[in-house]
Amino acid sequence: MSSSSYPAPTPKPLISSGKTEKKSRIDPWWGLVAVVVALILILNFSSPDPYNRILVFLQEGIWVTVKITLISFLLVMVLGLFVGLARLSKNTIVRGIATVYVEVIRGIPMMVQIIFWYFASPAIVQQIGTSLNNPALANFRPDGTTMAIFGLTFGYAAYMSEVYRAGIQSISRGQMEAARSLGMTYFQAMRYVILPQAVRVILPPVGNEFITLLKDTALVSAVAVPDMTRRGREFQASTFIIIETWVMVALVYLVMTLLATRLVSWVEKRSKFER
Amino acid sequence: MEPIIHIENVHKWFGTVHALQGVNLDILKGQVVVVIGPSGSGKSTLLRCINRLEEFDEGKIIVDGIPLDSAKNINAVRTEVGMVFQSFNLFPHLSVMDNILLAQKVVRKRGQIESENKARFLLEKVGIPDKAKYYPLQLSGGQQQRVAIARALAMDPKIMLFDEPTSALDPEMIQEVLDVMTDLAHEGMTMVVVSHEMGFARAAADRAILMDAGQIIEEAPPEILFTNPKQERTKSFLSKIL
Ligand SMILES: Nc1ncnc2c1ncn2[C@@H]1O[C@H](COP(=O)(O)OP(=O)(O)OP(=O)(O)O)[C@@H](O)[C@H]1O
Ligand SMILES: [Mg+2]
Repeated sequence: MSSSSYPAPTPKPLISSGKTEKKSRIDPWWGLVAVVVALILILNFSSPDPYNRILVFLQEGIWVTVKITLISFLLVMVLGLFVGLARLSKNTIVRGIATVYVEVIRGIPMMVQIIFWYFASPAIVQQIGTSLNNPALANFRPDGTTMAIFGLTFGYAAYMSEVYRAGIQSISRGQMEAARSLGMTYFQAMRYVILPQAVRVILPPVGNEFITLLKDTALVSAVAVPDMTRRGREFQASTFIIIETWVMVALVYLVMTLLATRLVSWVEKRSKFER
Repeated sequence: MEPIIHIENVHKWFGTVHALQGVNLDILKGQVVVVIGPSGSGKSTLLRCINRLEEFDEGKIIVDGIPLDSAKNINAVRTEVGMVFQSFNLFPHLSVMDNILLAQKVVRKRGQIESENKARFLLEKVGIPDKAKYYPLQLSGGQQQRVAIARALAMDPKIMLFDEPTSALDPEMIQEVLDVMTDLAHEGMTMVVVSHEMGFARAAADRAILMDAGQIIEEAPPEILFTNPKQERTKSFLSKIL
């Protein structure tokens, strides 16, 4: 009952120090973003060959990386929630399946998982198709990006489920009991009472997962998905420009992660002050 | 008259702890029953079995004609039974108003205006009509507990359960909560109250019950149970708290 993280309502402005704090000093981290962006621009314009060539070549890969990150992250948020809830289930079988899933996934390197989804899982489907004389399955050849998203989603959902689980467990049992005693179903209680409170707890670790996921998308370059890392490797292979290529790839990743960090802390701040 | 709460030979184990050891209790509509007893005697467990926050292992509980067996029945019973907790358990992320609106909307499917009118009426009734926009943690304990009572009443329960509603409160706030409960009792609400507030029991309760070691040891009108108990265990318990 001592927590005072909940904001003042309109009738009584409790935060008198609010004004001095609101004078928005520019977050020094934006400085770092600016420096890295400036560095890229300077390289790009001062020596367009090779830097501009590299950037142009990477461009498509940047979009692939962004796309894979965002789609996987959305799916991870959803699947992770269900797995997290399953791990808290009273039903032993549901809980058991979820626990095995999480433990298995966490015990296998992400790289191996992605390779498994891309190479091994279609092979399994093909063999089943062959033995069933089903040509559609026998010639199953999924798209690399799809399988990469699959791999990242299943892998990261295991970690995300732990984040959800910890967040939900941090809310006192009395909250669920009060909601249930009012006649709410378990899912109504989760949706209206538990999760809105848990969100404040899980936002920072969710943000971390997002940034880690962004960086781990580089792993999909191992399975012929034309992400930024893959494009970098292709450029290097055809031009033998090594140092400049990887300097540029690294800088672009850095801009993306720094921006993501800013985004995450912005969302965190907002969630503290809204309502 | 058929009892509104029928409890028959109920047993409850927590692992090896035998928390309820064959409890029998019938409560009629409109009765106010105060439950006292030493810590760990099973008072909360009994209360929580009535709305199935706790599952029991043996016996039978029928609430307002509905047996507590299937999940569907449990939800049906819970909408008829309001519960007030020692630690209030208000939803801290919602304003006082939204605390009272939430279950009306999602469980009772009432519209915004009807729910709000109900909420305002109840806040008036518990004596804090001006706090609708506040958040729970900005209120005193006594105010929070009164909001919790209003929140439970908004569901139009037939029965109200109170588990030590004043024992987390500073002494000067106890009376304001007891006053609300006494009013409720006089309006004819069926109430089961775990509380050692003798004054409240005398003013509002029809029956007082002493529990010990998971059993009901003695039952009598409050005046008699407090001043002239028959059982040794009741006497020794009363001598400790008086
Ligand atoms: N969730 C639980 N897990 C294990 N044991 C429990 C649980 N809840 C209660 N018990 C045990 O059951 C017994 C009865 O507990 P209960 O909370 O009903 O007592 P009480 O009369 O309400 O006590 P108090 O006055 O301290 O609130 C105690 O021995 C307690 O330790
Ligand atoms: Mg208790």
